[in-house]
Amino acid sequence: MILNDIAIFDYGAGNLYSLKCSLERNGATKVSIIKSLKNMHKHDGLILPGVGNFDPAIRSIQPYRNDFDDLFEKNFPILGICLGMEMLFNNSEEGKLEGLKILSGRVIMLPRKKVKIPHMGWNNLEITEKGCKILQGLKDECWVYFVHSYRIISKDKKVIVANSQYGDIIPVVVEKNNLFGTQFHPEKSGINGAKIIKNFLAICGGKY
Amino acid sequence: MTLAKRIIPCLDVDNGRVVKGINFKEVKDAGDPVEFAKRYSQQGADELVFLDITASEQKRDIIKKVVRNVARVIDIPFTVGGGIKKLEHARDILLSGADKVSINTSAIKNPELITELMSIFGKQCIVVAIDVKKNYSTAEPKTTLKDNYEYKMKQNKHYWFEVMIYGGKERTGIDAIKWAKKVEKLGGGEILLTSIDADGTEEGYDLELNRIICRELSIPVIASGGCGKPIHMLEVFQKTKVDAALAASIFHYEKSTVKKVKQFLKRNNIHVRI
Repeated sequence: MILNDIAIFDYGAGNLYSLKCSLERNGATKVSIIKSLKNMHKHDGLILPGVGNFDPAIRSIQPYRNDFDDLFEKNFPILGICLGMEMLFNNSEEGKLEGLKILSGRVIMLPRKKVKIPHMGWNNLEITEKGCKILQGLKDECWVYFVHSYRIISKDKKVIVANSQYGDIIPVVVEKNNLFGTQFHPEKSGINGAKIIKNFLAICGGKY
Repeated sequence: MTLAKRIIPCLDVDNGRVVKGINFKEVKDAGDPVEFAKRYSQQGADELVFLDITASEQKRDIIKKVVRNVARVIDIPFTVGGGIKKLEHARDILLSGADKVSINTSAIKNPELITELMSIFGKQCIVVAIDVKKNYSTAEPKTTLKDNYEYKMKQNKHYWFEVMIYGGKERTGIDAIKWAKKVEKLGGGEILLTSIDADGTEEGYDLELNRIICRELSIPVIASGGCGKPIHMLEVFQKTKVDAALAASIFHYEKSTVKKVKQFLKRNNIHVRI
Protein backbone atom coordinates (compact mmCIF):
# COMPACT_ATOMS: atom_id res chain seq x y z
CA MET A 1 0.00 0.00 0.00
CA ILE A 2 1.21 3.45 -0.89
CA LEU A 3 1.45 5.76 2.09
CA ASN A 4 0.24 9.23 1.40
CA ASP A 5 -0.82 12.23 3.37
CA ILE A 6 -3.00 14.57 1.38
CA ALA A 7 -3.64 18.19 2.32
CA ILE A 8 -6.89 19.95 1.39
CA PHE A 9 -6.59 23.72 1.38
CA ASP A 10 -9.53 25.29 3.22
CA TYR A 11 -10.77 28.65 1.89
CA GLY A 12 -13.19 28.66 4.80
CA ALA A 13 -16.21 28.36 2.56
CA GLY A 14 -17.88 25.03 2.89
CA ASN A 15 -18.08 21.30 2.90
CA LEU A 16 -14.76 19.52 2.61
CA TYR A 17 -16.03 16.43 4.36
CA SER A 18 -17.16 14.50 1.28
CA LEU A 19 -13.82 15.17 -0.41
CA LYS A 20 -12.02 13.96 2.72
CA CYS A 21 -14.20 10.83 2.82
CA SER A 22 -13.53 10.16 -0.84
CA LEU A 23 -9.76 10.41 -0.37
CA GLU A 24 -9.94 8.07 2.62
CA ARG A 25 -12.16 5.58 0.80
CA ASN A 26 -9.73 5.49 -2.10
CA GLY A 27 -6.63 4.86 -0.07
CA ALA A 28 -5.21 8.08 1.39
CA THR A 29 -3.52 7.24 4.66
CA LYS A 30 -4.04 10.69 6.11
CA VAL A 31 -6.09 13.70 5.05
CA SER A 32 -5.30 17.07 6.59
CA ILE A 33 -7.39 20.20 6.22
CA ILE A 34 -4.91 23.09 6.07
CA LYS A 35 -5.13 26.88 6.02
CA SER A 36 -1.49 27.60 5.27
CA LEU A 37 0.98 26.34 2.68
CA LYS A 38 3.99 26.78 4.97
CA ASN A 39 4.53 23.16 5.96
CA MET A 40 3.86 21.30 2.79
CA HIS A 41 6.89 19.01 3.19
CA LYS A 42 4.76 17.04 5.66
CA HIS A 43 2.32 16.18 2.91
CA ASP A 44 2.49 14.23 -0.33
CA GLY A 45 -0.13 16.07 -2.32
CA LEU A 46 -2.31 19.18 -2.28
CA ILE A 47 -5.93 19.62 -3.27
CA LEU A 48 -7.58 22.95 -3.99
CA PRO A 49 -11.24 22.05 -3.42
CA GLY A 50 -14.24 23.15 -5.40
CA VAL A 51 -16.46 24.99 -2.98
CA GLY A 52 -16.67 28.74 -2.60
CA ASN A 53 -16.32 31.91 -4.62
CA PHE A 54 -13.33 33.13 -6.64
CA ASP A 55 -12.28 36.27 -4.74
CA PRO A 56 -12.58 34.97 -1.17
CA ALA A 57 -10.73 31.79 -2.20
CA ILE A 58 -7.92 33.74 -3.85
CA ARG A 59 -7.74 36.04 -0.82
CA SER A 60 -7.27 33.07 1.51
CA ILE A 61 -4.40 31.66 -0.52
CA GLN A 62 -2.83 35.06 -1.32
CA PRO A 63 -0.33 35.06 1.61
CA TYR A 64 1.12 31.79 0.26
CA ARG A 65 1.53 32.74 -3.39
CA ASN A 66 5.27 32.16 -3.34
CA ASP A 67 4.92 28.85 -1.54
CA PHE A 68 2.40 27.79 -4.14
CA ASP A 69 4.71 28.74 -7.02
CA ASP A 70 7.52 26.79 -5.33
CA LEU A 71 5.34 23.69 -5.05
CA PHE A 72 4.50 23.89 -8.73
CA GLU A 73 8.14 24.33 -9.70
CA LYS A 74 9.16 21.38 -7.54
CA ASN A 75 6.56 19.29 -9.36
CA PHE A 76 4.64 18.68 -6.14
CA PRO A 77 1.33 16.89 -6.96
CA ILE A 78 -1.53 19.40 -6.97
CA LEU A 79 -5.16 18.81 -7.92
CA GLY A 80 -7.57 21.70 -8.39
CA ILE A 81 -11.25 20.79 -8.41
CA CYS A 82 -13.82 23.09 -10.07
CA LEU A 83 -13.14 26.51 -8.51
CA GLY A 84 -9.77 25.05 -7.45
CA MET A 85 -8.92 24.59 -11.11
CA GLU A 86 -10.31 27.98 -12.15
CA MET A 87 -8.02 29.64 -9.59
CA LEU A 88 -4.95 28.36 -11.46
CA PHE A 89 -5.65 30.77 -14.35
CA ASN A 90 -5.07 34.52 -14.73
CA ASN A 91 -8.50 35.85 -13.80
CA SER A 92 -12.20 35.03 -13.66
CA GLU A 93 -15.45 36.78 -14.51
CA GLU A 94 -16.63 35.61 -11.10
CA GLY A 95 -14.24 37.92 -9.29
CA LYS A 96 -12.03 40.97 -9.52
CA LEU A 97 -8.81 39.58 -8.08
CA GLU A 98 -5.97 38.09 -10.04
CA GLY A 99 -5.80 34.32 -10.18
CA LEU A 100 -2.79 32.17 -9.31
CA LYS A 101 -1.50 32.54 -12.88
CA ILE A 102 0.11 29.12 -12.91
CA LEU A 103 -1.73 28.36 -16.14
CA SER A 104 -2.25 30.93 -18.82
CA GLY A 105 -5.83 31.83 -19.70
CA ARG A 106 -9.04 33.12 -18.17
CA VAL A 107 -12.34 31.98 -16.73
CA ILE A 108 -15.66 33.10 -18.20
CA MET A 109 -19.33 32.38 -17.59
CA LEU A 110 -20.99 29.50 -19.47
CA PRO A 111 -23.07 30.58 -22.51
CA ARG A 112 -26.15 31.88 -20.69
CA LYS A 113 -28.32 32.06 -23.77
CA LYS A 114 -27.66 28.52 -24.88
CA VAL A 115 -27.79 26.46 -21.70
CA LYS A 116 -29.14 26.34 -18.17
CA ILE A 117 -26.73 27.68 -15.57
CA PRO A 118 -25.38 26.17 -13.36
CA HIS A 119 -24.33 23.19 -15.45
CA MET A 120 -25.56 20.67 -12.93
CA GLY A 121 -25.56 16.92 -13.34
CA TRP A 122 -23.84 14.07 -15.12
CA ASN A 123 -22.06 14.65 -18.40
CA ASN A 124 -19.56 12.76 -20.56
CA LEU A 125 -15.81 13.15 -20.71
CA GLU A 126 -14.28 13.32 -24.14
CA ILE A 127 -10.70 12.34 -23.51
CA THR A 128 -8.41 14.03 -26.01
CA GLU A 129 -5.05 13.09 -24.51
CA LYS A 130 -5.09 9.34 -23.95
CA GLY A 131 -1.62 9.27 -22.43
CA CYS A 132 -2.43 11.68 -19.58
CA LYS A 133 -1.74 10.51 -16.03
CA ILE A 134 -4.84 11.68 -14.22
CA LEU A 135 -7.35 9.88 -16.49
CA GLN A 136 -5.55 6.53 -16.65
CA GLY A 137 -8.02 3.65 -16.87
CA LEU A 138 -11.01 5.85 -17.72
CA LYS A 139 -13.03 5.20 -20.85
CA ASP A 140 -13.80 7.86 -23.39
CA GLU A 141 -17.38 9.17 -22.93
CA CYS A 142 -17.51 8.04 -19.28
CA TRP A 143 -19.78 9.91 -16.86
CA VAL A 144 -18.75 12.50 -14.29
CA TYR A 145 -20.69 14.94 -12.10
CA PHE A 146 -20.60 18.70 -12.70
CA VAL A 147 -21.81 21.71 -10.75
CA HIS A 148 -20.44 24.97 -12.08
CA SER A 149 -21.34 28.23 -13.78
CA TYR A 150 -17.95 29.19 -15.23
CA ARG A 151 -15.54 27.65 -17.70
CA ILE A 152 -11.86 28.02 -18.48
CA ILE A 153 -10.30 29.33 -21.67
CA SER A 154 -6.74 28.06 -21.73
CA LYS A 155 -4.15 29.81 -23.88
CA ASP A 156 -1.99 26.72 -23.87
CA LYS A 157 -4.12 24.08 -25.58
CA LYS A 158 -1.63 21.35 -24.72
CA VAL A 159 -2.67 21.33 -21.05
CA ILE A 160 -6.23 20.31 -21.96
CA VAL A 161 -6.66 16.55 -21.77
CA ALA A 162 -10.46 16.20 -21.81
CA ASN A 163 -13.52 18.18 -22.88
CA SER A 164 -17.28 18.01 -22.36
CA GLN A 165 -20.17 19.36 -24.38
CA TYR A 166 -22.39 21.93 -22.76
CA GLY A 167 -23.65 24.55 -25.14
CA ASP A 168 -20.12 24.52 -26.46
CA ILE A 169 -17.00 22.36 -26.21
CA ILE A 170 -15.73 22.98 -22.69
CA PRO A 171 -12.27 22.00 -21.45
CA VAL A 172 -12.82 20.01 -18.27
CA VAL A 173 -9.52 18.35 -17.38
CA VAL A 174 -6.09 19.98 -17.45
CA GLU A 175 -2.71 18.42 -16.79
CA LYS A 176 0.74 19.93 -16.71
CA ASN A 177 3.46 17.78 -15.18
CA ASN A 178 2.08 17.01 -11.70
CA LEU A 179 -0.48 19.79 -11.73
CA PHE A 180 -4.04 18.66 -12.48
CA GLY A 181 -7.42 20.29 -12.66
CA THR A 182 -10.96 19.00 -13.12
CA GLN A 183 -14.03 21.14 -13.78
CA PHE A 184 -16.27 18.36 -12.42
CA HIS A 185 -16.22 16.86 -8.93
CA PRO A 186 -14.36 13.52 -8.85
CA GLU A 187 -15.44 13.01 -5.22
CA LYS A 188 -19.08 12.97 -6.44
CA SER A 189 -18.56 11.12 -9.70
CA GLY A 190 -19.11 7.51 -8.70
CA ILE A 191 -16.59 4.91 -9.85
CA ASN A 192 -15.06 7.14 -12.52
CA GLY A 193 -14.35 9.84 -9.97
CA ALA A 194 -12.91 7.24 -7.61
CA LYS A 195 -10.48 6.21 -10.33
CA ILE A 196 -9.31 9.80 -10.76
CA ILE A 197 -8.78 10.14 -7.01
CA LYS A 198 -6.84 6.86 -7.02
CA ASN A 199 -4.71 8.06 -9.95
CA PHE A 200 -3.94 11.26 -8.06
CA LEU A 201 -3.05 9.30 -4.93
CA ALA A 202 -0.75 7.07 -6.97
CA ILE A 203 0.99 10.18 -8.33
CA CYS A 204 1.30 11.54 -4.77
CA GLY A 205 2.75 8.21 -3.69
CA GLY A 206 5.48 8.62 -6.28
CA LYS A 207 4.21 5.95 -8.61
CA TYR A 208 4.81 8.28 -11.54
CA MET B 1 -23.27 13.95 -25.79
CA THR B 2 -24.61 16.31 -23.24
CA LEU B 3 -26.07 16.54 -19.76
CA ALA B 4 -28.03 13.46 -18.70
CA LYS B 5 -31.53 13.55 -17.27
CA ARG B 6 -31.27 12.70 -13.58
CA ILE B 7 -33.21 10.08 -11.64
CA ILE B 8 -33.46 10.94 -7.97
CA PRO B 9 -34.89 8.60 -5.31
CA CYS B 10 -36.31 10.42 -2.31
CA LEU B 11 -36.17 9.03 1.22
CA ASP B 12 -38.17 10.20 4.23
CA VAL B 13 -36.14 10.09 7.39
CA ASP B 14 -37.76 10.16 10.81
CA ASN B 15 -35.66 10.06 13.93
CA GLY B 16 -32.66 8.78 11.98
CA ARG B 17 -34.51 5.96 10.22
CA VAL B 18 -35.98 5.68 6.74
CA VAL B 19 -39.76 5.42 6.95
CA LYS B 20 -42.39 4.43 4.42
CA GLY B 21 -45.99 5.49 4.55
CA ILE B 22 -48.55 2.83 3.84
CA ASN B 23 -51.42 4.31 1.90
CA PHE B 24 -49.99 7.64 2.99
CA LYS B 25 -51.21 7.22 6.54
CA GLU B 26 -49.46 4.66 8.65
CA VAL B 27 -45.74 5.25 8.77
CA LYS B 28 -43.51 2.23 9.09
CA ASP B 29 -39.84 1.84 9.84
CA ALA B 30 -38.06 0.70 6.70
CA GLY B 31 -34.43 0.75 7.62
CA ASP B 32 -31.08 2.40 7.86
CA PRO B 33 -30.58 5.48 5.65
CA VAL B 34 -26.98 4.45 5.01
CA GLU B 35 -28.07 1.08 3.61
CA PHE B 36 -30.68 2.73 1.38
CA ALA B 37 -28.14 5.29 0.18
CA LYS B 38 -25.66 2.55 -0.71
CA ARG B 39 -28.27 0.45 -2.50
CA TYR B 40 -29.70 3.29 -4.58
CA SER B 41 -26.26 4.59 -5.43
CA GLN B 42 -25.18 1.13 -6.59
CA GLN B 43 -28.32 0.85 -8.71
CA GLY B 44 -27.28 3.99 -10.54
CA ALA B 45 -29.22 6.79 -8.83
CA ASP B 46 -27.87 10.12 -10.02
CA GLU B 47 -28.51 11.88 -6.73
CA LEU B 48 -30.39 11.25 -3.51
CA VAL B 49 -32.78 13.42 -1.54
CA PHE B 50 -33.34 12.94 2.19
CA LEU B 51 -36.28 14.62 3.81
CA ASP B 52 -36.14 14.88 7.57
CA ILE B 53 -39.83 14.63 8.36
CA THR B 54 -39.55 15.15 12.10
CA ALA B 55 -37.02 17.93 12.00
CA SER B 56 -37.65 19.20 15.48
CA GLU B 57 -34.99 21.31 17.15
CA GLN B 58 -33.98 18.65 19.64
CA LYS B 59 -33.55 16.03 16.95
CA ARG B 60 -31.23 18.12 14.81
CA ASP B 61 -28.17 16.19 15.96
CA ILE B 62 -29.66 12.93 14.75
CA ILE B 63 -29.97 14.12 11.16
CA LYS B 64 -26.44 15.53 11.31
CA LYS B 65 -25.19 12.10 12.25
CA VAL B 66 -27.19 10.48 9.43
CA VAL B 67 -25.71 12.99 6.95
CA ARG B 68 -22.18 12.22 8.16
CA ASN B 69 -22.69 8.48 7.86
CA VAL B 70 -24.21 8.76 4.40
CA ALA B 71 -21.43 11.08 3.18
CA ARG B 72 -18.88 8.50 4.27
CA VAL B 73 -20.26 5.74 2.04
CA ILE B 74 -21.64 7.31 -1.14
CA ASP B 75 -19.90 9.08 -3.99
CA ILE B 76 -22.89 10.73 -5.64
CA PRO B 77 -24.43 14.06 -4.61
CA PHE B 78 -27.14 14.23 -1.99
CA THR B 79 -29.58 16.82 -0.78
CA VAL B 80 -31.05 17.15 2.70
CA GLY B 81 -34.26 18.99 3.45
CA GLY B 82 -36.77 19.38 6.24
CA GLY B 83 -36.95 21.99 8.95
CA ILE B 84 -34.06 24.15 7.74
CA LYS B 85 -35.16 27.52 9.05
CA LYS B 86 -31.99 29.50 9.27
CA LEU B 87 -28.44 29.83 8.15
CA GLU B 88 -26.98 27.76 11.02
CA HIS B 89 -29.26 24.83 10.21
CA ALA B 90 -28.10 24.82 6.60
CA ARG B 91 -24.48 25.23 7.64
CA ASP B 92 -24.76 22.26 10.04
CA ILE B 93 -26.13 20.03 7.30
CA LEU B 94 -23.64 21.15 4.64
CA LEU B 95 -20.64 20.86 6.95
CA SER B 96 -21.80 17.38 7.94
CA GLY B 97 -21.34 16.33 4.32
CA ALA B 98 -24.52 17.07 2.36
CA ASP B 99 -23.97 18.63 -1.06
CA LYS B 100 -27.17 20.64 -1.13
CA VAL B 101 -29.87 21.75 1.25
CA SER B 102 -33.50 22.01 0.34
CA ILE B 103 -35.62 24.76 1.84
CA ASN B 104 -39.37 25.19 1.47
CA THR B 105 -41.59 26.91 4.05
CA SER B 106 -38.66 28.92 5.41
CA ALA B 107 -37.97 30.35 1.94
CA ILE B 108 -41.54 31.64 1.75
CA LYS B 109 -41.41 33.04 5.28
CA ASN B 110 -38.01 34.59 4.73
CA PRO B 111 -37.03 34.86 1.05
CA GLU B 112 -33.74 36.57 1.95
CA LEU B 113 -32.59 33.23 3.34
CA ILE B 114 -32.07 32.07 -0.26
CA THR B 115 -29.71 34.96 -1.01
CA GLU B 116 -27.97 34.61 2.32
CA LEU B 117 -27.28 30.91 1.76
CA MET B 118 -26.28 31.48 -1.84
CA SER B 119 -23.72 34.14 -1.03
CA ILE B 120 -22.01 31.92 1.52
CA PHE B 121 -22.25 28.45 0.04
CA GLY B 122 -22.83 29.14 -3.65
CA LYS B 123 -26.07 28.76 -5.54
CA GLN B 124 -25.36 25.13 -6.46
CA CYS B 125 -26.05 24.21 -2.81
CA ILE B 126 -29.49 25.74 -2.64
CA VAL B 127 -32.50 23.73 -3.72
CA VAL B 128 -35.79 25.51 -3.22
CA ALA B 129 -38.68 23.10 -2.88
CA ILE B 130 -42.04 24.43 -4.03
CA ASP B 131 -45.22 22.53 -3.18
CA VAL B 132 -47.99 23.47 -5.57
CA LYS B 133 -51.74 22.93 -5.56
CA LYS B 134 -54.30 23.97 -8.13
CA ASN B 135 -56.63 26.65 -6.90
CA TYR B 136 -59.97 26.92 -8.70
CA SER B 137 -61.08 30.05 -6.90
CA THR B 138 -61.56 32.84 -9.38
CA ALA B 139 -62.29 35.25 -6.59
CA GLU B 140 -58.57 35.78 -6.23
CA PRO B 141 -57.12 35.63 -9.71
CA LYS B 142 -53.36 35.43 -9.74
CA THR B 143 -52.64 35.73 -13.36
CA THR B 144 -49.02 36.46 -13.70
CA LEU B 145 -48.61 34.48 -16.85
CA LYS B 146 -47.60 36.41 -19.88
CA ASP B 147 -49.25 36.58 -23.31
CA ASN B 148 -50.91 33.37 -24.21
CA TYR B 149 -50.43 31.61 -20.89
CA GLU B 150 -54.11 31.92 -20.17
CA TYR B 151 -55.50 29.98 -17.27
CA LYS B 152 -56.13 26.53 -18.58
CA MET B 153 -59.63 25.25 -18.75
CA LYS B 154 -60.46 22.22 -16.74
CA GLN B 155 -63.95 21.00 -16.06
CA ASN B 156 -64.96 24.38 -17.37
CA LYS B 157 -63.16 25.96 -14.50
CA HIS B 158 -60.20 28.26 -14.42
CA TYR B 159 -57.41 27.52 -12.04
CA TRP B 160 -54.06 28.86 -10.96
CA PHE B 161 -51.09 27.24 -9.28
CA GLU B 162 -50.80 28.15 -5.62
CA VAL B 163 -47.76 27.66 -3.36
CA MET B 164 -48.53 25.59 -0.27
CA ILE B 165 -46.38 25.43 2.87
CA TYR B 166 -46.04 23.33 6.03
CA GLY B 167 -46.05 20.11 4.05
CA GLY B 168 -48.98 21.15 1.91
CA LYS B 169 -51.22 21.99 4.85
CA GLU B 170 -51.33 25.74 4.57
CA ARG B 171 -52.23 28.01 1.65
CA THR B 172 -50.14 31.06 0.90
CA GLY B 173 -52.13 32.87 -1.78
CA ILE B 174 -48.86 33.08 -3.72
CA ASP B 175 -48.73 32.26 -7.40
CA ALA B 176 -46.27 29.40 -7.92
CA ILE B 177 -44.98 30.65 -11.27
CA LYS B 178 -44.30 34.09 -9.87
CA TRP B 179 -42.63 32.59 -6.81
CA ALA B 180 -40.41 30.27 -8.88
CA LYS B 181 -39.18 33.26 -10.89
CA LYS B 182 -38.46 35.13 -7.70
CA VAL B 183 -36.53 32.15 -6.32
CA GLU B 184 -34.31 32.21 -9.38
CA LYS B 185 -33.73 35.93 -9.01
CA LEU B 186 -32.86 35.57 -5.32
CA GLY B 187 -30.18 33.01 -6.15
CA GLY B 188 -31.77 29.60 -5.82
CA GLY B 189 -29.75 27.01 -7.71
CA GLU B 190 -32.48 24.53 -8.47
CA ILE B 191 -36.23 24.07 -8.03
CA LEU B 192 -37.76 20.90 -6.58
CA LEU B 193 -41.29 21.17 -7.89
CA THR B 194 -43.94 19.01 -6.26
CA SER B 195 -47.53 18.87 -7.40
CA ILE B 196 -49.67 18.13 -4.37
CA ASP B 197 -52.58 17.24 -6.66
CA ALA B 198 -50.51 14.58 -8.39
CA ASP B 199 -48.61 13.40 -5.32
CA GLY B 200 -49.75 10.00 -4.13
CA THR B 201 -52.01 9.38 -7.13
CA GLU B 202 -49.29 7.38 -8.94
CA GLU B 203 -50.91 8.60 -12.15
CA GLY B 204 -48.02 10.67 -13.41
CA TYR B 205 -46.40 14.04 -12.92
CA ASP B 206 -48.32 17.28 -13.50
CA LEU B 207 -47.01 17.96 -17.00
CA GLU B 208 -48.66 21.35 -17.32
CA LEU B 209 -47.07 22.67 -14.15
CA ASN B 210 -43.62 21.35 -15.02
CA ARG B 211 -43.86 22.65 -18.57
CA ILE B 212 -44.75 26.17 -17.53
CA ILE B 213 -42.17 26.46 -14.76
CA CYS B 214 -39.40 25.18 -17.05
CA ARG B 215 -40.40 27.64 -19.73
CA GLU B 216 -40.19 30.52 -17.29
CA LEU B 217 -36.89 29.64 -15.62
CA SER B 218 -33.33 29.04 -16.63
CA ILE B 219 -32.22 27.12 -13.53
CA PRO B 220 -32.68 23.33 -13.34
CA VAL B 221 -36.07 21.93 -12.33
CA ILE B 222 -36.73 18.59 -10.63
CA ALA B 223 -40.22 17.17 -11.23
CA SER B 224 -41.84 15.54 -8.21
CA GLY B 225 -45.19 14.05 -7.25
CA GLY B 226 -47.25 11.42 -9.01
CA CYS B 227 -44.73 8.93 -10.32
CA GLY B 228 -46.13 5.41 -10.15
CA LYS B 229 -44.52 3.75 -13.15
CA PRO B 230 -41.39 4.19 -15.29
CA ILE B 231 -43.58 5.50 -18.11
CA HIS B 232 -44.40 8.56 -16.01
CA MET B 233 -40.74 9.49 -15.99
CA LEU B 234 -40.56 9.01 -19.74
CA GLU B 235 -43.60 11.24 -20.13
CA VAL B 236 -42.22 14.07 -18.02
CA PHE B 237 -38.88 14.02 -19.89
CA GLN B 238 -40.55 13.85 -23.32
CA LYS B 239 -43.20 16.46 -22.71
CA THR B 240 -41.45 19.01 -20.51
CA LYS B 241 -37.96 20.41 -20.15
CA VAL B 242 -37.34 19.19 -16.58
CA ASP B 243 -33.78 18.18 -15.76
CA ALA B 244 -34.55 15.50 -13.23
CA ALA B 245 -37.37 13.32 -11.96
CA LEU B 246 -37.79 12.51 -8.31
CA ALA B 247 -39.73 9.54 -7.01
CA ALA B 248 -40.21 7.67 -3.77
CA SER B 249 -42.78 4.90 -3.82
CA ILE B 250 -41.80 3.41 -7.18
CA PHE B 251 -38.41 2.57 -5.69
CA HIS B 252 -39.36 1.94 -2.05
CA TYR B 253 -41.98 -0.65 -2.76
CA GLU B 254 -39.58 -2.25 -5.18
CA LYS B 255 -42.04 -1.96 -8.03
CA SER B 256 -39.02 -1.04 -10.02
CA THR B 257 -35.35 -0.31 -9.50
CA VAL B 258 -33.37 2.73 -10.53
CA LYS B 259 -31.48 0.54 -12.97
CA LYS B 260 -34.63 -0.78 -14.64
CA VAL B 261 -36.13 2.69 -14.93
CA LYS B 262 -32.96 4.00 -16.54
CA GLN B 263 -32.77 1.11 -18.99
CA PHE B 264 -36.37 1.76 -19.97
CA LEU B 265 -35.67 5.47 -20.47
CA LYS B 266 -32.57 4.75 -22.52
CA ARG B 267 -34.50 2.40 -24.78
CA ASN B 268 -36.85 5.30 -25.37
CA ASN B 269 -34.06 7.67 -26.33
CA ILE B 270 -33.85 9.65 -23.12
CA HIS B 271 -30.24 10.55 -22.39
CA VAL B 272 -29.51 8.94 -19.02
CA ARG B 273 -26.35 7.83 -17.26
CA ILE B 274 -26.00 4.07 -17.43
